[in-house]
Amino acid sequence: MSIEAKTKIEIDNLMVSASPHIRCDESISKIMWSVNAALAPAALFSIFNFGMPAFVNLVICIVAAVVTEYLILKWQNKPMVIGDGSAFLTGLLLAMNIPATLPWYMPLTGSIFAIAVAKHTMGGLGFNIFNPALIGRAFILASWPIAMTTWPISRDMVGKVDGLTSATPLGILKLQGYEKLVASFGDQATMYKSLFLGERAGSMGETSAILLLLGGIYLIYKGYIKWQVPIVMIGTVGALTAAFGGDPLLHMMSGGLILGAFYMATDMVTIPITTKGQIIFAIGAGALTVLIRLQGGYPEGVCYAILLMNCVTPLIDRLVRPVKYGARR
Amino acid sequence: MAKSFRGGVHPDDRKRYTASKPIEIAPIPEKVIIPVRQHIGAPCSPIVKVGDLIKKGQVIAEAQAFVSSPIHASTSGKVVELAEYPHPVFGACMSVVIESDGQDEWVEGLPLQRDWKTLEAAEIKEIIRQTGMVGMGGATFPTHVKMAPPAEKPIHTFILNAAECEPFLTADHRVMLEQSERIVTGMQIAMKVLGVSKGYIGIEENKPDAIAVMNKACTGIAEIEVVPLQTKYPQGAEKTLIGVICGTDVPSGGLPMDVGVVVQNVGTVVAIADAVEKGIPLIERVTTVTGGAIAQPKNLLLRIGTTFAQAVALCGGFTEVPVKVIMGGPMMGMAQRTLDVPIIKGTSGILALSEADVNIGPERPCIRCGRCVEACPMGLVPSMLSILAERNAYSVAKEEYDLLDCVECGSCVYVCPAKRNIVHYIKLSKAQNAAMAAKK
Repeated sequence: MSIEAKTKIEIDNLMVSASPHIRCDESISKIMWSVNAALAPAALFSIFNFGMPAFVNLVICIVAAVVTEYLILKWQNKPMVIGDGSAFLTGLLLAMNIPATLPWYMPLTGSIFAIAVAKHTMGGLGFNIFNPALIGRAFILASWPIAMTTWPISRDMVGKVDGLTSATPLGILKLQGYEKLVASFGDQATMYKSLFLGERAGSMGETSAILLLLGGIYLIYKGYIKWQVPIVMIGTVGALTAAFGGDPLLHMMSGGLILGAFYMATDMVTIPITTKGQIIFAIGAGALTVLIRLQGGYPEGVCYAILLMNCVTPLIDRLVRPVKYGARR
Repeated sequence: MAKSFRGGVHPDDRKRYTASKPIEIAPIPEKVIIPVRQHIGAPCSPIVKVGDLIKKGQVIAEAQAFVSSPIHASTSGKVVELAEYPHPVFGACMSVVIESDGQDEWVEGLPLQRDWKTLEAAEIKEIIRQTGMVGMGGATFPTHVKMAPPAEKPIHTFILNAAECEPFLTADHRVMLEQSERIVTGMQIAMKVLGVSKGYIGIEENKPDAIAVMNKACTGIAEIEVVPLQTKYPQGAEKTLIGVICGTDVPSGGLPMDVGVVVQNVGTVVAIADAVEKGIPLIERVTTVTGGAIAQPKNLLLRIGTTFAQAVALCGGFTEVPVKVIMGGPMMGMAQRTLDVPIIKGTSGILALSEADVNIGPERPCIRCGRCVEACPMGLVPSMLSILAERNAYSVAKEEYDLLDCVECGSCVYVCPAKRNIVHYIKLSKAQNAAMAAKK
């Protein structure tokens, strides 16, 4: 059949829809897989750093998240969208937020909880109020607090500390004080260097500041996250720590702050939609982090700080609106 | 630094297909289908009967209301049918079908010669009304109404909208390159009618040749100034254009005349010049026929009433089956269900978009990425408007999220990674609000 003849027949099937008729080639999958890619170096480093247990937990978290989402979508007869990378991302982020030594059933339960309860009881992607990975982490922490605060030593620490586990730098700071913490690294400069490169105890994916930063810069370059959020959140933590007499550099590089500020305080679904609102969110998350770290019972507060700010996101969105045309002059 | 506005998007303009192609005069079609409604406002009533022999430029449908505009025959021949025909904007419309006699003979007395400088403003206004002038950018608002603002709204500035920010379209661009003198004349006439002493021509920077040509045409005319604009969609939306050029925003719910401005399109001022100096009514226009599915994209001078199918045939037909055929640009144009619709006064372009052009994809839930908020030139929250429409919360959209301020430019949909049809939801919400208001 010639193209003319074909045109004559099928021209009756023209699509009619509202304008516009062209779209950019961004998609949810592109965004989600880019975030996964940005996290990949830090995730791989965690395997290098903590060995086989880290690898096993990564796989468990990701597979559990994706399979849970698959089953729920199937059960609810929803469009099959597991390929979009968002469940994968939740699994990956959860794995990066837990100690590598966690026994297999803990990350498994946490990952299922994150997807099934935190994401799908709310209606699935786009409707969840809380960051699913952080809910998963909070769930594991509430269920198995000891396992969740027992940290394996990193590759670099072998021989430097006794035993196979060690407290995190923030844990040492909380229980033993600043001098002891510096002493555990040798001197202050070594401490900063170790924190920056990731040679310390901690959750699987939070240890390497440099790799997390590189991924974050990639996401800022791609326009998927706004630079204001991590900068303001980390800056708030530094400023408040300094104001309360702490070591700002230590606080800015330790715990889950960099991971949280670049990858979870920027989770578009659960943060305000305007840049102004996001800055308010980041200030709040930073302030709550410092409050928990310095005054709370936990050595680390990033997870709860972000979750608490997730609660007020709808409120921020109601109050903080873009500047309307006509109102700017 | 070229002037610009907040928000907007940067789609690939794809003007390269036709930007360098001179306007080609299309042959007279054997048959023209001329709808009696080609404008915003009341439809006209046909004043010819089947069997009537008519001449080019003869009035075939008369306006009954102030906000309306008469319709003229676009060629000479015989009226063979008065019937409902597919219409590119209104679905279907009473149309006068004229079989061309091939003579293309003018009605008696046309074209004439007239010096616009000797005419009074009121006389020019009447000529503009009688010759069926409407906004040729696509909105087709009757020009004589726009040129007669109420006395309490003094007009001080005239803006020629030559931004042509819609991708693909090059009709205005070509008219600027080929008829710059006519544009300036038309503008001077319009400015005389309005009694304004300051006129601007806003052109996007992606048309440096047009900026140069218009600058040249304006040398020695102190009251007209060419303003280069940043290439960004929707630079040519009336409200953003006024905000950019005048530094004054049109108030919410207001019209350009509320800030003392009248905006006209390039094609319209050329038509005004022809109408006033030669008495020629609006019976033809320059239309860009283009898109990924068109074999030889062109800028054509087409008679009103030529069908889309005829125009496409003049451009070598299709290279592949189009997924969508659009009247106007890809951002704000209207999708057509058939190629049997005629070119009307507002047909700035015919786009045949291929599968690759449209990039539709299944609609997903909003992931609140905020790209629409950043793109919105009106400073709205488009994502919220679409979500509220899904929940049937139309009045909330209107009262709390400024639904009615949306100009439907489509920037939000263009950037949406979830492929949400936000403008569709907004149009639906506006219609629902109008229906609710009508019920009260």
